[in-house]
Amino acid sequence: MTWDWGAVADFMPHFWDGLLLTLRILALGSLISFALGLVWALLMRTPTRWVRWPVGVVTEFIRNTPLLVQLFFLFYVLPEWGVTASALTTGVFAIGLHYSTYTMQVYRAGIEAVPAGQWEAATALNLPVARTWRVVILPQAIRRVVPALGNYVIAMLKDTPILMTITVMEMLGEARLFAQENFQFTEPLTVIGVAFILIAYPASLLVRALERRLVS
Amino acid sequence: MKEPDASANPPVDGTELIRFEQVTKRFGANTILDRLDFSVNSGKHVTLIGPSGSGKTTILRLLMTLLKPDEGTITVAGEKLFPAPEKQIREVRKGIGMVFQQFNLFPNMSVLRNITEAPVTVLGLSKDEAEARARELLEMVGLADKCDARPTQLSGGQQQRVAIARALAMRPQVLLLDEVTSALDPELVAGVLDVLRDIARSTDITMLCVTHEMNFARDISDQVLMFDSGRVIESGSPEKMFNDPENDRTREFLSAVL
Amino acid sequence: MTSGLWELVLQGIWVTVQLLVLSALVAAAVAFGVGMARTHRLWIVRFLAGVYTEVFRGTSALIMIFWVFFVLPVAFGWQLVPLWAGTLALGLTYGAYGAEIVRGALNSVDPAQREGGIALSFTPWQRMRLILLPQAVPEMIPSFTNLLVELLKGTALVSITGMGDLAFSANLVRLALQQSAEIYTYILLIYFVIAFLLTRGMRGLERKLKAGVGKPVGRTPDQELHRPETTGVGAAGSLGGVGAGGASS
Repeated sequence: MTWDWGAVADFMPHFWDGLLLTLRILALGSLISFALGLVWALLMRTPTRWVRWPVGVVTEFIRNTPLLVQLFFLFYVLPEWGVTASALTTGVFAIGLHYSTYTMQVYRAGIEAVPAGQWEAATALNLPVARTWRVVILPQAIRRVVPALGNYVIAMLKDTPILMTITVMEMLGEARLFAQENFQFTEPLTVIGVAFILIAYPASLLVRALERRLVS
Repeated sequence: MKEPDASANPPVDGTELIRFEQVTKRFGANTILDRLDFSVNSGKHVTLIGPSGSGKTTILRLLMTLLKPDEGTITVAGEKLFPAPEKQIREVRKGIGMVFQQFNLFPNMSVLRNITEAPVTVLGLSKDEAEARARELLEMVGLADKCDARPTQLSGGQQQRVAIARALAMRPQVLLLDEVTSALDPELVAGVLDVLRDIARSTDITMLCVTHEMNFARDISDQVLMFDSGRVIESGSPEKMFNDPENDRTREFLSAVL
Repeated sequence: MTSGLWELVLQGIWVTVQLLVLSALVAAAVAFGVGMARTHRLWIVRFLAGVYTEVFRGTSALIMIFWVFFVLPVAFGWQLVPLWAGTLALGLTYGAYGAEIVRGALNSVDPAQREGGIALSFTPWQRMRLILLPQAVPEMIPSFTNLLVELLKGTALVSITGMGDLAFSANLVRLALQQSAEIYTYILLIYFVIAFLLTRGMRGLERKLKAGVGKPVGRTPDQELHRPETTGVGAAGSLGGVGAGGASS
């Protein structure tokens, strides 16, 4: 096997572009998944099953089907329905939507882990329901869920290369383009592979440390 | 059969079976055993008493090789248990059985298989032999009808009796009893102790027993060792220890528990 | 849609199912091998197994697929049949997540069980085979079910390399019909049905295994917070808390 440091050097400017875009996708996708997931989780606690049931079915469906196919669906089908968005916007939305069906489970578990005594105490103090959620339940739940959400951010990072398939030039997109133009696959693919490990491993150590501090 | 008087025992008896020499065990900054010396002769029933945290259980766990000493040597039947190569440790271990406070039965196996598994895989007995032996032992502990039950379906006292049968199925030279009744409801204690009294009377197995049941200790022991702060501070026959202890700490301890 | 196009979809299902079964087998072998190695008494074995899991969980499954399809042939001259290349990439990656599940479940077995095994003079391997694994495996099943669904979703990634799986067939039909809504809806539904069948099958397996050790079926909220595996390419969470039911609280 041959290794060409020259190719690595040539690739690096493209790599930084790709990394920057990957991180932007990750930041926006995370925000969407955190917000949307909380919406799903709260809707799943409404008293009427006419809300719970459709939300449950839709999120279950999204969670159990491939992000890649969902991405194609949004990318090819939405324009047919007259909705146009850039590839990047579509990709960020797809990844945020997909992961919101996971974060909703995290929120749910976090809410259920708040002891029943907290609800009872809030009732005994005659706190209104909205107030109970905002100052009693959610603050305690969020604390417990932060590490688990962190894990999903790391998972999302590793799913960002899928956006390459709809022409988004994140890290893998840059690597593939470089490879095709220069007929050098080994160097760019290895560089981004190592980059993923260098980001994901410290991040997972951070999440583990957070877990020890916040959860126990 | 076993008499309290050592001279009446079979020839193997009276020779030294277990020896601790200058054994030290620390957990972090705590020294649990401090250059401990003691020995147990074969066939004897020895009870370790003392306040909790005095290292009694640690001694049993060292003998069972669940722990390693930090310093010192432990010898069983002339073979070194520590320090020794893994293979020798495994060989010596075969002669030692243990009954735990929490029974430690395997929930994934039936009662019968809990007892037969080790004789078959470790000692190489045939399945039939092991089963015959297991049924005999279950008969002895009064659970002959529970062969096919799962451990989780039994009461604590029944589980502990199965655990005793399981340990005996290996025909160990030494039986270690680690507070075997302290996890049981009070009404279940007597059944387990009766089984152990029987075994003490009818076999010449060497027993090392950590217990808080002083009447039981008085009944079965040839020798009682009083521990405090990782050392043996007094030892003697149960008559002497329970009726006329010399050491102040022993007297204090016994007046608190009796 | 014409019957010819449906035939493409059927072929796609067949490729996806083959890929799923083969890579699940590889992943299971890796998961048990590496997961057990992570509880080995020699530190060097634990360390190497740890490096494996961190590397394969650290990188993206799609990048692994690219690597196996495009770098291995060029750099090492190993040209694998596409089905085997996909199996290798997916099996090695998802096996690393599975290893964390195995490790977590083994660690969650009551240490007293190990001591019981030592007291009966079992060798380490006998303890693993007779005591630890039979108790740990039922605990692994809910997490393995999730991982299997993630693996199913991961199989769609191979379509990028031109392998004719279910996701790829959608692309062909889209090009043929010049419209997307219908075929993508069908394809998503087919994936969903496969995932549903997998989940059902695994739940039955769990019930059967747990009856053997007298344990209830399902997960607690606490276990949900400690899920060590996740989506697409799986999550980072190592957390060793699978089935531990509050091991860290």
